[in-house]
Amino acid sequence: MRVALFVTCVNDALYPRTGIAVVRLLERLGVDVDFPAAQSCCGQPQYNTGYRREAEPLLRRTAEAFAGYDHVVTPSGSCAAMVRAHYPRIARLAAREGRGSGLEKLAEDLVPRVHELTEFLVDVLGVTDVGAYYPHTVTYHPSCHGLRTLGLGERPRRLLAAVKGLELVELPGADECCGFGGTFAVKNPDVSAAMAADKTAAARATGAEVLCGADNSCLAHLDGTLRRAGVPLRTLHLAEILASTEEDPLR
Amino acid sequence: MTRTDLGMPAFPPAAPFPPGATFPPGATSQAFPAFPEAAKEAVRDDVLRANLRRATHTIRDKRARAVTELADWDRLRAAGKAVKDHTLRHLDHYLLQLEAAVTAAGGTVHWAADAEEANRIVTALVLATGEREVVKVKSMATQETGLNEALEAAGIAAYETDLAELIVQLGHDRPSHILVPAIHRNRDEIRDIFRTEMAGWGRPAPEDLGDDPRELAEAARLHLREKFLRAKVAVSGANFMVAETGTMVVLESEGNGRMCLTLPDTLISVVGIEKVVPTFRDLEIFLQTLPRSSTAERMNPYTTMWTGTADGDGPSAFHLVLLDNGRTDTLADETGRQALRCIRCSACLNVCPVYERAGGHAYGSVYPGPIGAILSPQLRGTGSDIDATLPYASTLCGACYEVCPVAIDIPEVLVHLRERVAQGGPVTRAGIRVRLRPAHGHTAERAAMRAARLLLDRPGALRTAERLLARARRLRPRRLPGPGRAWTDTRTLPDLPAEPFRDWWLRERGTRP
Ligand code: SF4
Repeated sequence: MRVALFVTCVNDALYPRTGIAVVRLLERLGVDVDFPAAQSCCGQPQYNTGYRREAEPLLRRTAEAFAGYDHVVTPSGSCAAMVRAHYPRIARLAAREGRGSGLEKLAEDLVPRVHELTEFLVDVLGVTDVGAYYPHTVTYHPSCHGLRTLGLGERPRRLLAAVKGLELVELPGADECCGFGGTFAVKNPDVSAAMAADKTAAARATGAEVLCGADNSCLAHLDGTLRRAGVPLRTLHLAEILASTEEDPLR
Repeated sequence: MTRTDLGMPAFPPAAPFPPGATFPPGATSQAFPAFPEAAKEAVRDDVLRANLRRATHTIRDKRARAVTELADWDRLRAAGKAVKDHTLRHLDHYLLQLEAAVTAAGGTVHWAADAEEANRIVTALVLATGEREVVKVKSMATQETGLNEALEAAGIAAYETDLAELIVQLGHDRPSHILVPAIHRNRDEIRDIFRTEMAGWGRPAPEDLGDDPRELAEAARLHLREKFLRAKVAVSGANFMVAETGTMVVLESEGNGRMCLTLPDTLISVVGIEKVVPTFRDLEIFLQTLPRSSTAERMNPYTTMWTGTADGDGPSAFHLVLLDNGRTDTLADETGRQALRCIRCSACLNVCPVYERAGGHAYGSVYPGPIGAILSPQLRGTGSDIDATLPYASTLCGACYEVCPVAIDIPEVLVHLRERVAQGGPVTRAGIRVRLRPAHGHTAERAAMRAARLLLDRPGALRTAERLLARARRLRPRRLPGPGRAWTDTRTLPDLPAEPFRDWWLRERGTRP
């Protein structure tokens, strides 16, 4: 089984520790993981902001970088959703507009092989107890694209619930958006900040030590809000909690 | 790239309004501030935010329960979508069938290409009756056209009879929700509006009116009863029109609609052309999905249906004004046309986190919330500040799509319209295919997106950039310049890592890039 890590551009540049956690976690589970260096960005920022054509070369790059792997695993529900839900449309429209030869074939070939991390663990590897250890109180915010576009459902919470020492507390209004939304955060800063304030207040009220998520972009927005407000609530990507073990605990 | 120079149907002209001011429905979209500015005002209004939060969360939870009750909800949703898609694909056919059926049943059908024409037709019809007063119910279409202002200009007084519409009208306000137009008002505010304004319109409110909902409803009932018994002409909308029988269908909760639709001598219904369904049987889908989606009821209290006129029963004259006003142009757009499936249930508003905080007025249209964000820029074009910013008034969280009873993929249409704003592209205006140029104010963004893509498409250059970023990590500023300021105003920047992931991989796992 040839497995590639699709680390995503945000994690590559800003959150390498999440990528490292995925590598350690997968290797611990016996998966031989590779990192094709030709990968960069899935093109989501361009596409979602209205620059569909700028996303086309990135679609091609992404598909070609992961050609030949049985599975492509990414620690971002949003980027997985970009590939699965939007690549086919981008490729179809490009073909119709007379551009992007072969994009449709590339997209069609890539889409079924791309898995968000929790899907890969639960559906492909068939595990929910990954042997992790993290003795803290944690609440989980399911980011929208993972929740609604991919339909991750209970997978992340099942994985967290199986972590030794971890106490999972429910986040009220969990399925409400945190207000990040890519360029929304700067184009509509007031509404975005109001949403972040409500989300972080809800997380804080749970009494958890850690606000966990599976999309670092949303977490960057929430973490930045918490820190600016001086609230001592830590944000963490799910992969980092799952990578933590008794022998090598996350600090 | 303005709306008018493309020959778009025009809205009645109105003076520009400052953000936060109240203005009449149907004001030209040029008069509204861009969405982010209008939303900024609303976010700061604590009373408004509390009103909206309470109201939307209550309806949203109830809707979820009402929908879960139905085991075949997904199939009903798919069926509703299919019926609407089929009808829209053959809209010309069904509209002609409808016209024939309505005419055969004793009604008269009028076709209005735009708002102005619709207003002209209705005004002439009212004047011909010799009356100078009309009662109105359930009509978003006439709010879209600004009919009340047109009638007023012709010396005709229009009285809204839907309770919430009455509150809006008495308060010199605009509706902020499809189903609950006065959702932004609380009981105190409503009592004050009734006390000070009712007398100027008809029967005054009791001196000692309190803020108990029953008392408020009773005051409205007495005030309206007088209007119903006196009115000779009514103006309505319709939720559905059945092509095969010519039947009009109105769903409502209060019974005021029933009064409007049955008591006057003349009934004029102004309805968007997308409201037609082929057969009576098709209603079985929507009579299940609409009430559950909008008020979370299994069935709405009043469903009124009428087919033309009947001797000695109800109005003796019935006029149907079929309104286009940008709908045919919207239909020409393959991605955007799904917005015409909308049955105006308002479920998407109630789950929208942006609507909840920005309020309905920020959307600068009678159609607020997610559906407004995709409908207004299509019906009106993307030329004004508000219409060019509406497609961005969403985080693309997808909650609207999830609840929509006719499965409108609102996020997909939003992205599509963003593309139209940022990049330009083909669009149909007044039946003519034109190519829009990109909107102003996106030049820097366009350049940035292109530069980012060029960088991201070259992993070598990307790695160099990432390393430079890592090296600059000690410089982490508290405030960013330019558009980045909007981020750092409320958020601390993340700590930069010592090295990008790809460098770690190279060192630790050692495969060559
Ligand atoms: S878009 Fe869908 S959810 Fe929104 S009002 Fe229309 S039918 Fe209802």
